[in-house]
Amino acid sequence: SVIKITLLIYRRRGQFAALSIAAMVIIVGVPLWWRTTETYRAWLPVSQIKELDNLQLQLSVDVEVVLARGTVTPEQQKKVPLTQTQDEQQANTALRYRYEMRYRTATIMEEDALNKPTAAEADLSLHMLSESPCGSLVVYVIPESSSLLLEDMDVYIGQRRTALLRIGAQVRVGRTLEQLLAHLKPRIKQVLQVMSFSHTEITAALSDRVRLTPGNKGSIADSMRAFKSSPGWSMFRLMLHWDIEGAVETYIQPLLTKLAPLANFSIDSQILYYAMLGVNPRFDSSRNAYTLNIDSLAHVINPVEARLGSNAASSNPVLNFLLYVPDAHHSPLHIQDYKKQEVLSNAFHSPRWGGIMIYNVNDFYGPEAAFPVDININMAKVMGVFLAQLRLLLGVQSSTPPPGFLVAPCSSPGIADWELDRLMWSRSVENIATATTTITSLAQLLDQIGNIVINDNIAQQVSSTVMSLQLAVAELEAGNLGFALQYSKEAISASERAFFDPSLLHLLYFPDDQKFAIYIPLFLPMCVPILLSLLKILSEVRQRRREKQAKKD
Amino acid sequence: MAAHRCSYIAVLLSFCGLSLFIVAGSQKTTLPVGEHAAANGNPQTGTETAEQTTEPPAVEEELWEATEVEGATPDDAATDTPDTSTQESVVLSPVAQPKDDFQEELVIRPLPSGDIYASFQFRTLWETDFRVSHYRLFPKSLGQVISKFSVRELHISFTQGYWRTMQWGQPFQSSPPGAELWVWFQDSVTDVDSTWKELTNVLSGIFCASLNFIDSTNTVQPSASFKPLGIGNVTDHRFLRYATLPREIVCTENLTPWKKLLPCGSKAGLAVLLKSEKLFYSSFHSQAVHIRPVCRDQDCKTTSWELRQTLNVVFDLHTCAQGKREWSLFKMFSRTLTEACPLASSSKIYIDITDNPQGEQFELSPATSLLSQAVVLGDRRTFSVYDLTQRITFGTVHSLNLLIRWKSSEGHTLRPLLHAERYVAGYGLHVGEIHTVMYNNHPYRSFPVMLLELVPWYLRLYIHTLTVTSKGKENTPSYIHYQPSKDRVRPHLLEMLVQLPPNSVTEVTMQFERALLKWTEYTPDPNHGFYVGSSVISSLVPSIVAMDTNITLEQPLFSSFFPCKEESSFFVRVYTEPLLVNLPTPDFSMPYNVICLTCTVVAVGYGSLYNLLTRSFQIEEPSPGLAKRIANIIRKMRGVPPL
Repeated sequence: SVIKITLLIYRRRGQFAALSIAAMVIIVGVPLWWRTTETYRAWLPVSQIKELDNLQLQLSVDVEVVLARGTVTPEQQKKVPLTQTQDEQQANTALRYRYEMRYRTATIMEEDALNKPTAAEADLSLHMLSESPCGSLVVYVIPESSSLLLEDMDVYIGQRRTALLRIGAQVRVGRTLEQLLAHLKPRIKQVLQVMSFSHTEITAALSDRVRLTPGNKGSIADSMRAFKSSPGWSMFRLMLHWDIEGAVETYIQPLLTKLAPLANFSIDSQILYYAMLGVNPRFDSSRNAYTLNIDSLAHVINPVEARLGSNAASSNPVLNFLLYVPDAHHSPLHIQDYKKQEVLSNAFHSPRWGGIMIYNVNDFYGPEAAFPVDININMAKVMGVFLAQLRLLLGVQSSTPPPGFLVAPCSSPGIADWELDRLMWSRSVENIATATTTITSLAQLLDQIGNIVINDNIAQQVSSTVMSLQLAVAELEAGNLGFALQYSKEAISASERAFFDPSLLHLLYFPDDQKFAIYIPLFLPMCVPILLSLLKILSEVRQRRREKQAKKD
Repeated sequence: MAAHRCSYIAVLLSFCGLSLFIVAGSQKTTLPVGEHAAANGNPQTGTETAEQTTEPPAVEEELWEATEVEGATPDDAATDTPDTSTQESVVLSPVAQPKDDFQEELVIRPLPSGDIYASFQFRTLWETDFRVSHYRLFPKSLGQVISKFSVRELHISFTQGYWRTMQWGQPFQSSPPGAELWVWFQDSVTDVDSTWKELTNVLSGIFCASLNFIDSTNTVQPSASFKPLGIGNVTDHRFLRYATLPREIVCTENLTPWKKLLPCGSKAGLAVLLKSEKLFYSSFHSQAVHIRPVCRDQDCKTTSWELRQTLNVVFDLHTCAQGKREWSLFKMFSRTLTEACPLASSSKIYIDITDNPQGEQFELSPATSLLSQAVVLGDRRTFSVYDLTQRITFGTVHSLNLLIRWKSSEGHTLRPLLHAERYVAGYGLHVGEIHTVMYNNHPYRSFPVMLLELVPWYLRLYIHTLTVTSKGKENTPSYIHYQPSKDRVRPHLLEMLVQLPPNSVTEVTMQFERALLKWTEYTPDPNHGFYVGSSVISSLVPSIVAMDTNITLEQPLFSSFFPCKEESSFFVRVYTEPLLVNLPTPDFSMPYNVICLTCTVVAVGYGSLYNLLTRSFQIEEPSPGLAKRIANIIRKMRGVPPL
C-alpha cells in the first residue's frame, strides 16, 4: 500500500505538471505568438465612415429677392424684409435642397441702376454696387412697365449672379403680400433652376453613388463628357505655325483664371510633324473634298496619342486640344455628321480626352505653290472652338433656358459667374461622393483582408479625409460654396493618398498555407502531448466521480 | 572676343591636376547657331502607317460628338487680336520665328576589323530659357522634365554590347554597357536626392527603361570625372548625380520612345533607317540623349538648349553581308534614303575614307566629289560628304543607296592611344581582387587619366590593398577621392588621378570581400552573378595633329560634342567591361528547412522533458525467465510451492 500511495502521489504530480504546462502555453505562449505575428493596424474611424456613406447631403442656397419700386404696394412694403425658408426632400435619395429666400425692397442706388436703359448696363451697375458671395443669387423683381426687358421676355440672366424678373400685372398677382409671394415663388424657382444647381445635375454628379431612374439617361451622357473632378489639370495643344503664346494669353488664360478655384491648370503646347490620322478619309467627288465620317472619329485619336506621349511632369489628367492640318493629299478635309452634313466647326471632342479641330489650308496646296509657305493660323477661330470644347469638357452646360428667358451672352472670360457657381455646386457634390466612395471601399478592403498593415500615416490620411468630408458637408449645408469646394478637394486628395499608399501592399499576399507549413512542425509535436494528457486527466476525473457516485449508492 | 582665346589658358591649373578635364570656364566652344529660317513645317505625306499603337484613351464610353460652336465664342475676341483679321494670308515677311534649329547627320566608318560603324546624330538647338511651355521642334516631354526638375545637364545612354576599343578604335561618344545616367542640377535645387529619385522615375517612364531601379545604393557624386559639358560655372559636385545599371537590356521598347523625340519621327530623313529589327541585329548598339546649355553666339551672353540624340551601331560584316565584303545602306538598314527631314537645316552623310585615299581599299558608289576634313579624336580624317538637302544627291532614281565594295581584305591593325580592361581575380567565394589595366600606347608622351571605380556595397573593398603599378614600379596617384560604402545605403566611390608613363601598362588592383546578402536581397537568378558597372577613365590624350579650337568654324556634329580647349590634346572617355561577380549564394529553400529542423529539435527536446515531468515511474518486478517459468509449471503440477 505504501507503493500504491507513492504511485498516487506520482500520478498526482504528473497531472499537476501537465496542467501547469498547458496553463503556461495558454497564458504565455499563445499571447506571445499572437503579439509577435500580428500585423500593425492603426485605428480607423470606421463608424464615421459608415455614417458618411449614407451621404446625407443638404445643399443650401441664399437667394436675395429685391423688390423694386412699383412692384409692391405700400402696405405690402411694410411687411418686408422677411425671410422664407423652403426645404425640398428629394424622393428616393438622401438629398435635401434648402432655399433661403430673403425679401427686401430695393435701395435707392439699386433703383437708379434699374433705371438704366438696357438690361446689360443695369446688370453691370448692380454688380458694381455689391458683389454677392459665391453660390448665392440675387433676383431683382421689376415692375411690368419696366423697359429693361423686351416685350416677350420675362427674365434676364446676367453675367454675374443677378437676374431680373418681370412681375406680372398687379391685378393678376393679387393684393396681399402672401399672394404676391405665392405668385413669385414658382417663377423664382424657375430662375434658380437655370442659375443654380438642378436636380439632374446633382444626381449626375452622384451617378456612381445614386441609382438612377431610367428617365434621366440623357443627363448622364452630359456628365460623362465632363471630366472627373481632380485637383489639377494640364492641357496641351499642338499646331502648325501659330502665335500660341498670344492666343493663350488672350483667350484661354482669362477663363482659367476664373476657374482657378476649381483646379490648377497648366498649358503646354507642342507642334507635331508627320502626324497621322488613324483613318483614311474618303473622297467625296460631289464636294471635291475629303470627308471623315462621324463613326470613324473614334479611330483618329490612337495614332496621334502615340506621338503625344504622356505628361512627364505631373500625373494630373490631361485635356488634349489638337489642331490638325491635313496634308496636301487629303485636303480639304471635312467632318460629316450622321445626316451626311458637314459639321460647321470642323471639330469634334471626345469625353475626358479633349478635342480635335481640322484646319484646312487648302488654298496653299496649289500646284504652283512654292514651298515653304508661311501660314498664319486664324487663332480667333481656333480658340473659339477650343474654348467651346473646354467648356463642354469641364462640364459647363449651356442648357437651353425655358421660354421667356434671356441669357446674357458670354463675356470675355468665357464663363459667367453663375455658370461657375453651377459648376462648383456639382463639383463639390461630386468630390464629396468620390472621396466617400474611395474611403468607404478602403475601409471595406481593410476590413476584409486582415493581412494588410495599416500604418499611422494612412490612419491619419483617412481621418483627415473624414474630417474634410464632414466639414465640406457642413459648409454645403451652411451655403458656403467656396469653402465646401475647398474642403471637398482636400478630402479627395487625402483619400487618394490613403488608398494608393504603397505600404498597403506589403503583406497583402502572404498566403495562409505557407503560414501553416511553417507553424505545423512546431505546433503539432508540442500540442499533441498536452492535449492527450489533458484528455487523460479529464477521463480520470470523470472516472473518479463515477466511483464516488457508486460508493455513495 | 573672349570666346576666341580658347587656347592654353586652363591647362595647368594646379589643383591636383583636376581641371585637366573639361574646364567649365566661362568660354565655351560650341557651334554658332545658324540663322536657319527655313523649315516651316509643311507636312509631307507619310506613306506608312504609324508603327506604334498605344492603348486607346481612357474613355469609358466612346461618345464622339461634333462640337457645336454657338454663343460660346467670345464675341469681343475678334477685336482683341489685330493680326488675325487677315485670315490665312501668305505672309512672306519674317514672322517672329521660334528660334530653334534641327540638324541630322550620319557618319559611317569602315572599321579596321572589317565591321561597319554607323553613328547617327540629331541635334535640336532651342533659344529658350524654358519659361514658356510651347514647343516646336524640341520634344515636350523632355522640356517638361528640364523645367520641372531644374536640370542643367542630362546625359543618358542605353547600350547593348561592349565597344571593343582595341579593334574598333574610339567611338565618337562612348558609353558603358547597360544604362548610364548623369545629371547636373541647377544650384537652385534644395533637395537634390529626392529630385533625382523623381527624375529617374519620370525618365524610366519616358524611355521605357528600368531606370527606376536607380537608388542611393548605385548613385554617386563623382568629384572630378564628370564635369559639365555645357556652359555654366557651377562645378560643385553636390549637384551632380551619376548612376549606371550594367544589367539593363536595351531593346526595341527603348528605341521607339527615343525615335518619338525626333521632330520628323521615323517618317523622313535619316531616321527612316532606324529599323529596330536591323539595328538590334548588330554587335554593338548604343543610343543616347544629351541635353545641355550651349552658347547662343560667340559672345556667349545668352544660352540655348541643345538636345543631342545619338545612336551608334556596329554591324558585323560577316553576319549582314553573308561573307562577301560588300556593304550598302540597304543591306544594313533594309531601307534607302529618299529625302532629308524637311525640318532639318542640315542633313548630311559622312563616310570616313581616310584609310582609302586612292580607292585601293574599297570602292564607294555613288561617288561624290564633296570631301571634308575634320579633326576628330586627335586625328585628321577625310570624309566623303553626301548632302541630303540637295536634290542632286539622290540622282535620277530619287533614292540614295550607298555602297562600299572592298577590294583588299587586309585591314591594318590599329592601336588606340588609350584603352583599358578590367577583370576579377581570385578564387573561392570569400575574397577576390579587382584588376583594372590601363594601356598608354603613346610612344613618348605620358598623360594623366582620371579613373572612377563605382563598386556596389556588397563587395567590401579593402582600400589598404590598393596598388597602382606601371612598368613594374609603384605609381602614386596624385589625387585620390574615396568614399567608403555603407551597407544597403551607398556604394564605394574611388576616383584617382594616375599619370600613365609613355608606352606602358598600368595596373590598379584592389582586394575585396564578398558580403553575404539577406535572402530577400538576391536577384531572381542569383547564380548568374552580380554586375559591377564599368569603371570610367576620362583623360586628355595628347593629340597627333592640332585640334580645332576655333569655335566659329562650322564643324560637323560628331566632332563638336566634347568641347576642346587646347590644340595639343583631346578629351576621351573610356569605359571598361562591367564585371560579373559571383556572391556566396545560399540554398533558397534553406529558411524553411531551418524552420523545420529547429522546430523538430525543439519538439523532441520538449517531448522528452514533458514525458519526464508528467509520467509516473514505478518499479516493476522483472518477469521470471523462461526456465524458471517452466520449472514453476512443473512444480505446480507436482504440487510443490513455486520458486
